[in-house]
Amino acid sequence: MSLKILTEHCSTPGIETFEVYRKKGGYAAVEKAVKKMTPDEVVDEVKKSGVRGRGGAGFPMGMKWSFLAKPEGVPRYLVCNADESEPGTFKDHYLMKTIPHLLIEGMIISSYALGANKSFIYVRGELMYVIHILEKAIEEAKAAGFLGKNILGSGYDLELIIQPGGGAYICGEETALLESLEGKRGNPRNKPPFPAVKGLYQSPTVVNNVESIATVSWIINNGGEAYAAVGVGKSTGTKLISASGHINKPGVYEIELGLSCDEFLNSDEYCGGVRTGHRLKAVVAGGSSVPIVPGALFLKNANGEDRLMSYESLSDGGFVSGTMLGSGGFIAFDETACIVRNTWNFSRFYEHESCGQCSPCREGTGWMQKVLNRIEHGKGSMSDIDLLVDVSKKIEGNTICPLGDAAAWPVASAIRHFRDEFEWHIQHPLEATKAGAVYMGAVLV
Amino acid sequence: MTEMKKKLQFSSVVLEKVTEIIARYPEGKQKSALLPILHIAQEEFAWLSQDVMDYVASLLQIMPVEVYEVASFYTMYHLEPVGKHVIEYCRTGPCVLMGGEEVFDHLQQKLGIKKGETTSDGLFTLKEVECLAACGWGPCFQIREKYYMHLNNQKVNEIIEELSK
Repeated sequence: MSLKILTEHCSTPGIETFEVYRKKGGYAAVEKAVKKMTPDEVVDEVKKSGVRGRGGAGFPMGMKWSFLAKPEGVPRYLVCNADESEPGTFKDHYLMKTIPHLLIEGMIISSYALGANKSFIYVRGELMYVIHILEKAIEEAKAAGFLGKNILGSGYDLELIIQPGGGAYICGEETALLESLEGKRGNPRNKPPFPAVKGLYQSPTVVNNVESIATVSWIINNGGEAYAAVGVGKSTGTKLISASGHINKPGVYEIELGLSCDEFLNSDEYCGGVRTGHRLKAVVAGGSSVPIVPGALFLKNANGEDRLMSYESLSDGGFVSGTMLGSGGFIAFDETACIVRNTWNFSRFYEHESCGQCSPCREGTGWMQKVLNRIEHGKGSMSDIDLLVDVSKKIEGNTICPLGDAAAWPVASAIRHFRDEFEWHIQHPLEATKAGAVYMGAVLV
Repeated sequence: MTEMKKKLQFSSVVLEKVTEIIARYPEGKQKSALLPILHIAQEEFAWLSQDVMDYVASLLQIMPVEVYEVASFYTMYHLEPVGKHVIEYCRTGPCVLMGGEEVFDHLQQKLGIKKGETTSDGLFTLKEVECLAACGWGPCFQIREKYYMHLNNQKVNEIIEELSK
């Protein structure tokens, strides 16, 4: 059994209550931080841990914290990004509804470290029932003296506010999230200035993912070095993986980074293998935005070496043969899945979610969706394939925020690895459009 | 007209909640309360008519257009009248892999409507939405705050029949 930093107590009955969470050692890290450590010492421990942003970008969290501007007399803000919307990702949803105090405790320590007296948790509006769970947890923490004025007699004040979103994937992008939190449309901002200098209400702001903040209590209790000792290389600690698609045991799993992809997919501790009676065709390893790869390239890299669940190993081979850990949204496809249909589905998603600010994304996502739609429905031509590649290249890197890249990569990678399946759809439209028809030439594992 | 204006008032209990929400934000930043208050307005009035949005604007002391542009950006806000139960059905990839499209077809047949429509008795509106962050528990849909997961045709029948009572 591997180390469980976040989920150790998730199956304890009543863990959503303050009482049970406290009995299991909860809030000890708040006591330690506000009574025995300076804010800078907390930042140092997080830096030492090497923990990287768990929302998808993987930027070192301690470094992000250290960029926060600290001008005199200007409030600073911590905003937790709980707008989890990346297709294939549902770990934050699971963590917040199961063990809400883990996030609240992390928010208190992190806010203390950053010198924030008012912090926000921006939760996607669809998760209103989770918002109620978090609000109850906040009330309990406040009643016990861990939130509000003069926390545990330390002189430190913190108010924690839960903000609901309104239904928009783009608000998971941190500057769009800040716009939304200010009561506006979720249009991403140009950077610079970065939120660390001008964020919420033009004040210095740190935005961190739920899972990132949830690690902080363990790091304070056990030390940054202990955290860094877990994992492999620059992929330190553990990661929550949301596993969905054609596997025997979909769900949220905490893995030590560096676990072999084969073990993650096939062991009964995790996914329990591809659906019984089926074989693996493709994998999206880190949420819908990362490149899709054939099953074989998920399990082993282009040199035939075992692939590991880590930032570095999954991206080994770049976009030619690798992918990314991203948000940890693992989606498995067996031989019954149609790659063209799935690619069209994802492109439809990005067209719907593009905020419309940048022309390459606003127009390009719609264009890709239409071309993929006609290929899927037997009306494509061979030149459409190169047209898709061309459009995806014109979006990539040409937009204010990464949604453009996120929309381009799934299309480009699907064509890179499954071009023959696209060609089959175009050359055999009658066959390809029959109900349940699937290209039979794919290499399975 | 007077009658309508009367209807477009939050009750004193709701107004108290709204005041409390506005007070959360720093002075002068009351616009931050817009998304939460639109959710409350939708709970109270079922959908966001122009009158409702104008009322919210007046509460926050912002221009009506600031409310319209936000309400029309986010997918959770209904800008048209809706049925008693709004079914928000996930159409995104991972749910599709678990048979989401077949279940969606069945749901449309069961209700006798297509996506975006409301049943003639005003009981159900069927909206398609994108990923609800429940991919491992799909296919799924949401009705107000409740998630319905691991859906299949039989489960859909049971849910619809229960809500039709």
